[in-house]
Amino acid sequence: MDNSKIGHHISEQFNKELEDVRNKVMAMGGLVEQQLELAIEALITGNIEQAEFVIGQDNQIDTLEVAIELECTQILALRQPTAFDLRLLLAVIKIVHELERIGNKAKRIAEMAVKLSSHTNAMPKHDMDRMVELVKAMLDNALDAFARMSIEEIPAITERDQKVDREYENIVRLLITHMMEDPRNITRFLDVMTTVRALERVGDHARYICEHLVFMIKGENVRHLTQEELVDKINQPR
Amino acid sequence: MTAQQVKSHSIDMSSVLRDKDVSQQPTETCIKVENLNLFYGEKQALHGINMEMQKKKVTAYIGPSGCGKSTLLRCINRMNDLVDSARIEGKILLDGDNIYDKSVNVAALRRRVGMVFQKPNPFPKSIFENVAYGLRIQGINDKRVLEETVEKALRGAALWDEMKDRLNDNALGMSGGQQQRLVIARAIAIEPEVLLLDEPASALDPISTLKIEELINELKEKYTIVIVTHNMQQAARVSDYTAFMYMGELIEIGTTSELFTNPSKKQTEDYITGRYG
Repeated sequence: MDNSKIGHHISEQFNKELEDVRNKVMAMGGLVEQQLELAIEALITGNIEQAEFVIGQDNQIDTLEVAIELECTQILALRQPTAFDLRLLLAVIKIVHELERIGNKAKRIAEMAVKLSSHTNAMPKHDMDRMVELVKAMLDNALDAFARMSIEEIPAITERDQKVDREYENIVRLLITHMMEDPRNITRFLDVMTTVRALERVGDHARYICEHLVFMIKGENVRHLTQEELVDKINQPR
Repeated sequence: MTAQQVKSHSIDMSSVLRDKDVSQQPTETCIKVENLNLFYGEKQALHGINMEMQKKKVTAYIGPSGCGKSTLLRCINRMNDLVDSARIEGKILLDGDNIYDKSVNVAALRRRVGMVFQKPNPFPKSIFENVAYGLRIQGINDKRVLEETVEKALRGAALWDEMKDRLNDNALGMSGGQQQRLVIARAIAIEPEVLLLDEPASALDPISTLKIEELINELKEKYTIVIVTHNMQQAARVSDYTAFMYMGELIEIGTTSELFTNPSKKQTEDYITGRYG
């Protein structure tokens, strides 16, 4: 892990405060990842207990979000950070917001797992597999990039979001076909659609985390850009 | 809705977004430093400084003690001429004319480039006479002119309301913050083009400091201001441009907003974030 970006302040206490914020974000990231993993598993296996466990744990993520945000606010007020330190805190405030949103999506997937538990065959499991893997990898790599404070891998991560979007469109098309074939199943397939949509949004939030990381490390705002524009900005020399 | 009605609902956000960033505003160079080297005896204190300061903008010099920021500031009104061992190479152009040219009248230069120091240095005279001093040594003694100028300068330095009934009191009886604003009033009474401020608020309490900062913000409507400060937050608050100096060299100069959020040099970043390099 690279501590050189956070450390080396003359004030040892300031180093500790920033290190603490980073550790908390990583802990929150780990929890969110676990929630997502468990929720998807519960959905596929129809395990209601596991799904309810995920739903019950969601408030921990909310608590972490509020606590980290407060800590950042206090550091901003007391230390008046500049340059990288300032961008780090601003980015963390946004990143924990994205993580909280991902936590909500995991909860949503878990709720659907409960609802659909007796209809696990309604899941287009095979078609979802690829999307699940893509989304999980996006989140994992984004958190890894945060831990290493590196933007090298960012273009590869954000590129996957486009693939996720394509997978999502394919599944939606498939579900519409099923609904047209048998209108009695529309309610159930709408629930499946909600689940797939939640998964697709996780990919979006993972992408936003990457964008906040670019701002934090490079000082460049890369939000609302196409993949090509984003890559150009990342590769631009300062 | 008709197409026309739809169109009437379109909102142009460009005025909302209009950039406050000084880098987007038109600028005019006031002071240009070219290849400036300064030696105190054998020791070189400034190394090949090249920079420009813009008209009616505030430029702040920041850097650790002994980095040459006060030395550079004092070059702008040739205060270093008073130091025997100081020797200068290079040029400083004020509105295009080299102030180190042999033909330059130093007294006239200092009328154009006023200076305020860290410790307020009022004369042991009345408040009125302190402000009128610069005019009197120019031979202006017309009572009405003096009164008008003193009022204008005190208003300019945000002191008039506090001091208008005490103009004949001794200036040494004022608080430190008031004395510093009095000294600024004395400097602006002779209507200079440039104001050099050397740590103007470092000896003041936080409220007086904020008053001085507020004053700087008002003064830049009329004057080009260069300020040296140890207080980085102060530089960030009052200046449009910031120059970071280190060991007699100019490391980086840029708009204050850019320099404090995303400096381009690692040395600058280390200094403003309080890191050891």
